Amino acid sequence: MTYMTTGFATPLAGYLLVAALLFAIGLAGALTRRNAILVLVGIELMLNAANLNLIAFWRYGPHPEALTGMMFAIFSIAVAAAEAAVGLGLVIAIYRHANTTDLDKMNRMKG
Amino acid sequence: MNPVFYILAAFTLAGALAAILLKNLVHCVLALTVAFAGLALLFLELDAQFAGFAQILVYIGAVAILIVFAILLTEGSELPKEGVFSNTWFVGLVIAAGVFAVLGWAVLQGVRAVPQQTAVPVVTVHDIGNALVGRYVLPLEIVALLLTAATIGAVIVAMHEKEGPR
Amino acid sequence: MQDLISFAPSSISSAIAQGLWLIPALPIAASGVMALLKQPMRKLAAALAIGSLSCSLLLSLVAFGHVLAGWARGAVVRETVNFAWLHFGSNAVDLGWVLDPLAAIMLVMVSFVGLLIFIYSVGYMAHDENFTRFFCFMSLFAGAMLGVVISNSMLLLFMCWELVGLTSYLLIGFWYQKPSAAAAAKKAFITTRFGDVFFLLGIVWLFSQTGTLLLYNHGVGSLEGLALANLLTQHAALGLTAAGAIGLLIFAGAAGKSGQLPLHVWLPDAMEGPTPVSALIHAATMVAAGVYLIARVYPLMQIGAQPGGTTASLTVVAWVGAATAVFAALIAVAQNDIKRILAYSTISQLGYMMAGLGLGGVAVGMFHLITHAFFKALLFLGAGSVIHGCHEEQDIRKMGGLKADMPLTFITYAIGMLALCGFPLVFSGFWSKDGILEAAQHSTAIKGPFYLLVFGALLTAFYMTRQVCYVFFGYWRGHHPAHESPKVMTLPLAILAFFAIALGVIGTPAWPWFHAFLEGRAATFSWHGFAEPGLLGLMVASSLVVFLGLGLGWRLYGDKSPKPDAPDALEKAVPWLWTALRNRLYVDEFYGVTVIAFYAWWARVVDWFDRRVWGGIVALVAWLFGLWAQLNRLLDVNWVDGGFDKTCEELSTGGGLLASVQSGRVQNYLRILAVAVVALAAILLWSSRP
Repeated sequence: MTYMTTGFATPLAGYLLVAALLFAIGLAGALTRRNAILVLVGIELMLNAANLNLIAFWRYGPHPEALTGMMFAIFSIAVAAAEAAVGLGLVIAIYRHANTTDLDKMNRMKG
Repeated sequence: MNPVFYILAAFTLAGALAAILLKNLVHCVLALTVAFAGLALLFLELDAQFAGFAQILVYIGAVAILIVFAILLTEGSELPKEGVFSNTWFVGLVIAAGVFAVLGWAVLQGVRAVPQQTAVPVVTVHDIGNALVGRYVLPLEIVALLLTAATIGAVIVAMHEKEGPR
Repeated sequence: MQDLISFAPSSISSAIAQGLWLIPALPIAASGVMALLKQPMRKLAAALAIGSLSCSLLLSLVAFGHVLAGWARGAVVRETVNFAWLHFGSNAVDLGWVLDPLAAIMLVMVSFVGLLIFIYSVGYMAHDENFTRFFCFMSLFAGAMLGVVISNSMLLLFMCWELVGLTSYLLIGFWYQKPSAAAAAKKAFITTRFGDVFFLLGIVWLFSQTGTLLLYNHGVGSLEGLALANLLTQHAALGLTAAGAIGLLIFAGAAGKSGQLPLHVWLPDAMEGPTPVSALIHAATMVAAGVYLIARVYPLMQIGAQPGGTTASLTVVAWVGAATAVFAALIAVAQNDIKRILAYSTISQLGYMMAGLGLGGVAVGMFHLITHAFFKALLFLGAGSVIHGCHEEQDIRKMGGLKADMPLTFITYAIGMLALCGFPLVFSGFWSKDGILEAAQHSTAIKGPFYLLVFGALLTAFYMTRQVCYVFFGYWRGHHPAHESPKVMTLPLAILAFFAIALGVIGTPAWPWFHAFLEGRAATFSWHGFAEPGLLGLMVASSLVVFLGLGLGWRLYGDKSPKPDAPDALEKAVPWLWTALRNRLYVDEFYGVTVIAFYAWWARVVDWFDRRVWGGIVALVAWLFGLWAQLNRLLDVNWVDGGFDKTCEELSTGGGLLASVQSGRVQNYLRILAVAVVALAAILLWSSRP
């Protein structure tokens, strides 16, 4: 318990915990909602949580002048955007084919 | 700890929770936007101004809109009959809780070992620009390529299929 | 009494003795060739048979001449050729042949009579389609009989004995399509076989006691010296010595083959065979084989006899012979088939021969055997001629008056008939039968047979007269007229008739050449031979008996020819006796009720046992196997198969279960990923705890 209080005191730990909570929320959403689009929403939340982690580590870690964390986060944003685009395009295509976005109903890959 | 941090954290998390709990999909997206905004503010709090503004521009400006478009195109605003949550939602919740537990444990266990510096870094756009075309030029180019590919891909995937000769 | 000239043995047998085996071998070889011939090749078959037997006759005459020369020099000739056939352990089974006066005489008789009958058969069997088969069997028989005559080893003798029995079966059943012929053949074989069992026992006993199968073997044979003396010391049951018991066993075999009293039933039925067969086998040779056997093993039968006394076995032989003589003669009186009368007559005369052996010794019995062979063969061939001439009719009541139609047959038949009756002085039968009667009269130990034999002589004359009257006198009662037979059939008759008269010369008391030859003595001609006490009286008495029989027969049957359905003259006189005699004194019926009935019952018992007990066991074993098979099947289906199937099912289910992981739902995959990552992270964190 002692380390919890001391650990919690640091700002880094706080940001990290927030990020972890955000990640868990995003995962919960991705794992429990029926709609495919909301799975993507959850994924975006997870990515954002990762970005927060990166920025927090950049800010409170050694050598913030190297801009490593910042760069990583920026690239992550770019990639996330691209991925969102492609993913939503897929959802639309699937919707055209199956006429639904209910993930529970999409089990054609069933073994 | 900074009280601003707590407020902003609460704001973000509320938005995130709303995003996954609301029934109406459009409401979800709007909550998501709130979450994005909260995150941007957190970035600003962390003295990563460029990242914060990039977050607003890209996520709120593009991704959220994109999701709205997708919702509208797939008629997701109607409520499904069986409910919005999967039949086995509890399992998912448990798994997510498990993930949080592990992450939290890692955080609380490891953070002590990391020395933390509290000096505010001064980062100018000039520095970021220099880094982009200097040290990180390769990732820049690759990301450009990636974005191109993604664009083309998204277009092709979402295009109406032509009834071609079979 | 002439002294025996000292025996001068020659240890090296002459070339003639060495080649003696050819005599039986030639006819057997001819028979083998004929077995491969096709039925239409008649001329070749006849040529082979007659040719081979002629060669055997020549060789027999040469051997006879050799023995005669030896006898004339004054030696007792007995040459043996022995060899070991099989070796087992330290023992050996010996075979061999012997050439002595007894064998020499039999060889000549068998081959000569056989040859005449072969020639006769060429004419008799000319219309039969199985001509070749007939001569094949006859040739085989001739070879086997000659083998019996020369064999020196009990085993070889037994082998040839059985072969003779086999050919007799084949020839009696020659016309096998007739059920009566097939049954008669079976009866003959089984009855003689019954006697042969005892014969075999005797051989085995003899072998075990003496250690050798050979009869004469330079002093160590079973009929010589020490071995024979040893047999006298061993005691068997009922107060008999081993010699006596073995003698009786061997006599049992001879009784079967020679138709003595209990085992005579096959001989009349054997007339189903063709007449030449009856003549050769059942008159002259095969039935004489029994007598010859007793003569061969006579030292065994005789040993232990006190001077003036006799042994137990010889007593039995004499009594059985005498009883047979009378018994068969009685039955012959009431028979109507021409061949059956002759068959019973043969049985009766065989009884005489056996009685002669038992009472008077080898020479007495053998002399009657030789003379009987000729006149009985003559009678049978004559009967065959009659049957042939009467178009296959055999009932004497349907014949008659043939002395005019078949003169040659009549004359020869009459000669044979008178020889059989023992018409005094002229015919050989008189001298041979008188020899037996004399021996019977002089026998101090055995008294009864003499009277029986005299009564038998009376009956013989009576029934032969009856037969001749029915057949040749009176008038013809058949349907088609009779005709004389061709030359090829009448010529042998004439030759045999000649010998029926001529052979008497060598056996008269004045010149007992036959007896001297057999016993190795010198023979002198002297009228003093007739001066033996009681001999002339006996001759007169037997002549009177013969005339009485002839007269009685003529009186009753004479020139009268009653209708075939009319009762016989004797039947009118004593109907009850006639019926009993007509039915052969019910011997066959007696056997049917006792032996055969018992055997049938026993066969049923054994069959039941076989079917129920052994069959039951077999069925039980089969059922157990079935059970075992079922068990195996159950095991296989349920455990092995089932196990296998179950395993496959489980695998399938397991696979299905595993496959259900692939739900096709993306969220599930994501969940699993998350769980895996959590687990991995937990492990890493746990392992890196400070």
